[in-house]
Amino acid sequence: MANPNRSLEIGTGLFVLLGFAALAFLTTQLPGSAVQLRSASDSFQVTARFDNVGDLKIGAPVTMAGVRIGRVTAVSFDPSEFKALVTLAIERRYNQIPDDSDAAIQTSGLLGAKYVGLGPGGASTYLANGSQIQFTQSALVLENLVNKLFAGIAGKKDSDAK
Amino acid sequence: MPSHSPTPVLGALVKLGRVTLFLGRIVAQCLPSLRHPRLLVAQIYNAGARSLIIVMLCGLFVGMVLGLQGYDLLQRFGSESSLGVAAALGLVKELGPVITALLFAGRAGTSLTSEIGLMRATDQLTAMEMMAVDPVRRVVAPRFLGGIIAMPLLTAIFDVIGIFGAQLIGVGQLGVESGTFWSLMQSSVEIRDVTQGLVKSLCFGLACSLMAVYEGYHAEPTAEGVGLATTRTVVSSAVLTLILDYMLTAAFIST
Repeated sequence: MANPNRSLEIGTGLFVLLGFAALAFLTTQLPGSAVQLRSASDSFQVTARFDNVGDLKIGAPVTMAGVRIGRVTAVSFDPSEFKALVTLAIERRYNQIPDDSDAAIQTSGLLGAKYVGLGPGGASTYLANGSQIQFTQSALVLENLVNKLFAGIAGKKDSDAK
Repeated sequence: MPSHSPTPVLGALVKLGRVTLFLGRIVAQCLPSLRHPRLLVAQIYNAGARSLIIVMLCGLFVGMVLGLQGYDLLQRFGSESSLGVAAALGLVKELGPVITALLFAGRAGTSLTSEIGLMRATDQLTAMEMMAVDPVRRVVAPRFLGGIIAMPLLTAIFDVIGIFGAQLIGVGQLGVESGTFWSLMQSSVEIRDVTQGLVKSLCFGLACSLMAVYEGYHAEPTAEGVGLATTRTVVSSAVLTLILDYMLTAAFIST
């Protein structure tokens, strides 16, 4: 009587253990949540105003020279300047970024997600918590580009006809 | 037990009402049934641990086929590096909960129904009632709870094995870079995706367990009746799972 009971308990224990191990894997390893939490507590905030952010999302990476150094924490609209106000959280160990660096919204691949790329400036003062990036470059909106291209072609045809 | 109703519409209504009332009876008996935790442990073992092998095997193959299909699809757009994201999201949000629920209905649901149905057919349930033991508390509630507890755990195991299956094919065989496979997956999958999958599996666990114990408890006490009840369990569990899946997905996406 004791033996089958024991194997039942071991089997159940093993199953529950496996299940919770799998749950732990899914919740901690799969989403980069641990990484994000760390960067949120160990980072400083800078802002940048863009004419157009495209579909930049919260959580999008902030990169410099292609390496991820932080992430976008907020995207809001600034009604006084009619611009998009983007808040970036940059890891604290990167505290020597010149404060005249420029920020550009870029796309990974042709149709990929938007991210913020920083290009280094030359100033000897550095970005710190609360500073604002002055030089910004908006997202490249593919539709606008296509429109311009076709408008250009149409305009050329009109002038040819005259 | 099942009385023949005049029209199919009325019959469906009657069944819906009965299932709901039965659910109420079980829920009322869930807490009292916890006074015998050993019964619950035995049912977690029955529903969960004994379904483990089949769930792991299917998870592995579903993950591997996702690796193949995902690669074939994504390389047409030159983005085979996001295979990890595609496989993980597909498994965690959709395939994991649904396929686990279907396997659960086939593996554990049928055994629940036939077990309870045979208890009914051999008058064991009636005997319990004679001894003033509520069979819903003693037999049905632990099985119901065991199924609800086992389902999310089985789903989580399915997901993890599936992701490793996709990695096995994608990285091991098709040459996706292992670093991008994991890092893109970790940057794109959100904790929300995981919780949505788990909420789904909890709902499926409730639906499948309820159908299994209901059909068993209300089976006609004959050999044929138990067989028919078992069939009905699989059919209604599967249909209910897929309908619930659509509704839950729609609700999650609109929020």
